[in-house]
Amino acid sequence: MTVEAREAAEERKTVEGGQLVDHSDGREVVLKLRDVRTQFGDHVVHDHLDLDVFRGEVIGLVGGSGTGKSVLLRTILGLNPLRAGKIEILGTNTRGVHGKAEQELLGHIGVQFQDGALFSSLTVADNIIVPIREHAELDEPLMQSIAALKIALVGLPPDTGDKKPSELSGGMRKRASLARALALDAELLFLDEPTAGLDPIGAAHYDELIGQLRQSLGLTVLMVTHDLDSLHAVCDRVAVLLDKRVVVGTMEEMLAYDHPWVREYFHGPRGRAALKQA
Amino acid sequence: MAEPDPTIRYVERGGTSVLEVGGNWTVFSLRGLKQQIDKARRAAQGGARKQASVVDATHVERLDTAGALEILQLAGGPEADIQTAEQHAQLFKVVKENMCVPPKPRHVDFLSHWLEELGHDLVDLGGQITNLCAFFGEIIVVFVEACVNPRRFRIGAVVRQMLEVWVKALLIVGVLCFLIGVVIAYQGVQQLRQFGAETFTVEAVGIGMFRELGVLLTAIIVAGRSGSAFTAQIGTMQVNQEIDAMRTIGLNPIEWLVLPRILALVLSMPLLAFWGDMTGLLGGAVACTVYLDFTFVQFFDRLRDTVGIWHFYTGMIKSPVFGFIIAAIGCFEGLQVKGSAESVGQLTTRSVVESIFCVIVLDAVFSIIFLLANV
Repeated sequence: MTVEAREAAEERKTVEGGQLVDHSDGREVVLKLRDVRTQFGDHVVHDHLDLDVFRGEVIGLVGGSGTGKSVLLRTILGLNPLRAGKIEILGTNTRGVHGKAEQELLGHIGVQFQDGALFSSLTVADNIIVPIREHAELDEPLMQSIAALKIALVGLPPDTGDKKPSELSGGMRKRASLARALALDAELLFLDEPTAGLDPIGAAHYDELIGQLRQSLGLTVLMVTHDLDSLHAVCDRVAVLLDKRVVVGTMEEMLAYDHPWVREYFHGPRGRAALKQA
Repeated sequence: MAEPDPTIRYVERGGTSVLEVGGNWTVFSLRGLKQQIDKARRAAQGGARKQASVVDATHVERLDTAGALEILQLAGGPEADIQTAEQHAQLFKVVKENMCVPPKPRHVDFLSHWLEELGHDLVDLGGQITNLCAFFGEIIVVFVEACVNPRRFRIGAVVRQMLEVWVKALLIVGVLCFLIGVVIAYQGVQQLRQFGAETFTVEAVGIGMFRELGVLLTAIIVAGRSGSAFTAQIGTMQVNQEIDAMRTIGLNPIEWLVLPRILALVLSMPLLAFWGDMTGLLGGAVACTVYLDFTFVQFFDRLRDTVGIWHFYTGMIKSPVFGFIIAAIGCFEGLQVKGSAESVGQLTTRSVVESIFCVIVLDAVFSIIFLLANV
């Protein structure tokens, strides 16, 4: 850590990786952000941002509008330029990873974009097969049955595979997009607002699905979400974007954390309602 | 990713045959699986491979959904009896619950496929014609309403569009027509010189540019440049639901988007065609000074004496009609966009092809009319 970052961490009372209390327990760090800065022109979105995500956990990333949740996700994925700092995914520094190594890394992460980002010219099944074909080159029938499995897994009816994304509803597109993100059984999954726009039943199903997959596949998930129910239901820890940095802690730690935005978020009427349910 | 391959063995165990699988079963390690299976089947005794009712997957090291799916398929389906290591039990359960036969792609023979496509196309065409009629009807209604209440002509929007379709097109139209003028003059000189009539090159350039080439070239450039832009703009708005938003606010998209574009192009086309005519003549004149030793004054004197004004008028009469048809098709196709960004691309292409087609058909119709009118 740089001197500045250490000072900032002290000021925020965080330990390594933006955590309030150390939860590492000797687990492998699959996503490691250190001193990350993102900026557009003069506008600095993140500065000295630290974050550790451990293997097998589900982390919910929350923050007010415009604090750069999606931007952070894009920065991690290399879709935004990283101005300063270091990002390690599965132990590989993303800066300067090219060619074969990059391909291999990409084979181990899955991304679900907010509006699906399915390839509009391909059917849903073909959308799911694209990453498999690119990274694993299996036989056609096996790829077809994997696609059918993933479609069933995310709770879509079997005939969805033959449909084009434009024929699906918003919620179905989200599920199809998750199916594509899961195509390679990625170790590290990034979800951008996965339950936004779903009805409460669908959202609850979705949470359940993530929980199930995490248990059976040992997934690690970083999800941007505003759904307080999701946070309670599936997330082990919550990362809050505050003043260009993240503060990570369990739900209990967050409830006790003293910051006006955090207090309002978790203790506001919606936060209380979700807490009561959980 | 290089990982140890999965292993497959058929073994006899206590009277029953058992399919033993081990190693890594992940999506990255399944590549050469088919050969593996074949090898195992060959190695197994005749009886064993048929009746492997039990699968022993306790030696599997790494497993993911693709691997579990393949093991289950080898075992013969989700009901198969599988012994698993404890850490994989949950995964097998999830895959078992969701396993299904991928729907078989529908096979149709050539003739029925062709008939089906033809039927779809005909129905689409019918719908398209109905929509087109409705669209023209709506334009007329809005136009008449706007004539009653001229404020509804949205002059600001018309002027903005004219900047795009007229002013910004001047350079490209000018350059192309100039070059075509040069080319016609050069060819004319070459051919007409053979019987000593090279001075008639002036008529060739003048009549050719005025009657056909000036306006036709301009129309084709405008169709490719502005017609496509109209479709793309309106189509993108359609995809973003902006058009729907306009309707709910009570703004008529025909009045706000279509009419200004049509008016702008109807006004711009004659201006552009005139500009094209002039640059074309200039090109012809330049070529004549080079190949014929004409001076500019000689060229334009001869032009004045031999090329009647009606040649110029015919081109000018055609141009606003071409402008109207290009703008109308561009806007119409833009409004036909549905759903995705892919559809914007498709319809933009279609709009350009259709407008060029219509322009040339209309040009032929005009030729007949002018022939009958004897001008």
